[in-house]
Amino acid sequence: MTTAPASPPRRPEAPPALATPMARQIREAPTLRGMLTRAPAPVKVAGALAGLLFFAANAAIGYLVIDGRLDGHWYDFRDLGVAVGELRVWLDDRGLGPWLSYWVTALIGAVGILSFVGGVLLIGTWIERRLLAKFQIRRGPNRVGPFGLLQPLADAIKLVQKEVLIPRGADRILFYLPPVLVFIPAMLAWGPVPWAPTMSYLDINVGLVYVIAISSLSVLAIFIAGWSSNNHYALLGAMRTVAMMISYEIPVSISLLSVALFTGSLKLSAIVGWQSDHTMWLGLIMPFALFTFFFSSTAEINRTPNDIAEAESEIVAGFHTEYSGMKAGLFLAVELGNALLIGALAATFFLGGYTFFGLEQWIPPYLILAVKISAVYFLFVWLRGTLPRFRLDQLMGYAWKFLIPLSIAFMGVSAVEASILARVDLPGLLLIVLVVNAALTVVFVRLWARVVGYEAPRDEVTMPALTTSVGGLRAAQRLRGGAS
Amino acid sequence: MEPQSIDQLYSNYLPVLIATIVGFVLVISALLGSRLLAPFSREREKATTYECGMLPIRRASTNVGVRFYLYAILFIIFDVEAVFIFPWALSFVGVGAQAYWVMVAFIAILGAGLGYAWKKGALQWR
Repeated sequence: MTTAPASPPRRPEAPPALATPMARQIREAPTLRGMLTRAPAPVKVAGALAGLLFFAANAAIGYLVIDGRLDGHWYDFRDLGVAVGELRVWLDDRGLGPWLSYWVTALIGAVGILSFVGGVLLIGTWIERRLLAKFQIRRGPNRVGPFGLLQPLADAIKLVQKEVLIPRGADRILFYLPPVLVFIPAMLAWGPVPWAPTMSYLDINVGLVYVIAISSLSVLAIFIAGWSSNNHYALLGAMRTVAMMISYEIPVSISLLSVALFTGSLKLSAIVGWQSDHTMWLGLIMPFALFTFFFSSTAEINRTPNDIAEAESEIVAGFHTEYSGMKAGLFLAVELGNALLIGALAATFFLGGYTFFGLEQWIPPYLILAVKISAVYFLFVWLRGTLPRFRLDQLMGYAWKFLIPLSIAFMGVSAVEASILARVDLPGLLLIVLVVNAALTVVFVRLWARVVGYEAPRDEVTMPALTTSVGGLRAAQRLRGGAS
Repeated sequence: MEPQSIDQLYSNYLPVLIATIVGFVLVISALLGSRLLAPFSREREKATTYECGMLPIRRASTNVGVRFYLYAILFIIFDVEAVFIFPWALSFVGVGAQAYWVMVAFIAILGAGLGYAWKKGALQWR
């Protein structure tokens, strides 16, 4: 027996403070935060200076405009619509006729919308995949380009090179139509969204109805796609999608009716103007309308809690099962673009649009709207990473039995409140309305949930049958701490 | 809202036409690009519709549950209702209590219809 020096028993090293896989991933993997913190100092300084300069110039111009020493000109980049107006005046001064200047400005707007949506689509897919990876504690795309930023571009190139199959027995003409029909409304619906006081492609006075009408056009395309594919999954998916979309269109339009009642206008810029005049978001005044709009929109664009129509575990990909290559790519792009569009609409109708309590005077309003869109989009991704999907009968029942009656009731409430607001001039009235609406929301939702039978199940822990039969119950109880 | 002349209407909605054309050009160019870049073959087996690896049995345009039809009918009722309510919502604040009760009666009739459908089990997915 050798006499080894008695060493103290090795203690295991204390784990680091945050040893969760997520924390390790954040520390090791190249995230956006890591990129910002590990960038070389000159890059950091230059970026910070550029940002500061941008905001300082904005604030200076904003100050001069408010002071009355400057009027809106092309150099006022808080509102790019002013620049387009200047261009139009310049063209008119050259004697080029109203038609040419009109077409030029409209083309600039259309191409602007398209390029914005296209660019945001590319970044949006990357953001969604990275965020989902974070939610599921994996890395996400990080190979193509820095931090995987070029992954969407690579995907697009790959999709273009893929063969577009036409299934046997498909209706050829109808099979060609849907990718086109579904893409154009998704783009047109961006038109009335105001990005700044004069920065709106299509500021018509029935903007709200226009948005509802345009976004309901895609139902046709989806049904054509499902019908012409000659595929059982596609047909069933199209049926489900159409049933869901038409059911959830009613709560959407009724919740937007409350917006129209309060603001007295269907013009989107006027709705934003009302909210900035009253320094109050409509979503705070009517929380139920906001919830209805958000939830129903997830059903309308087939996003995750309500994506039973594209449930890949039961009906492959729903209505676009038979589409391949670029056509499938178009469908996917439209899906993402619609999510962003819902973000823009929710921000415009309920969250104050491009205004943020006076901040829009100093920094570009379109940046504020972009931040709000990203916030709503983040909520969509969060839901996708968190919730399982609902059954079809639950969804339809929820629309018809719960959302529609309650949103009609809240429309009546907001009609009364709107007429009171128009007649009585009291300083704190809007706050009273807010409190009353919050209370009414709680009461109505509780009562109607009881009527429909949506009571929450009592949280009872039952013994798992397998555990008792296999005999692991003792071990389980020991692990819990000896409770009998 | 002030009334508009026909010219104004055209000039208001001409951007829609232009945006449609631009979007159409984009989509068609994407599809044409894939037509140019992607391989195309006319193979018979490749064009089989997807059915989890089995051969599809018959044409897909077969019977579909009647539930969808019921929902479609209900939807049309409420969609027409929305068409009526939007003008009401804009002019309601100026008109006053009478307009309110008229709309309450209208919605009550519709609600009775929805209640009837509910009672009959049209909203129950079976």
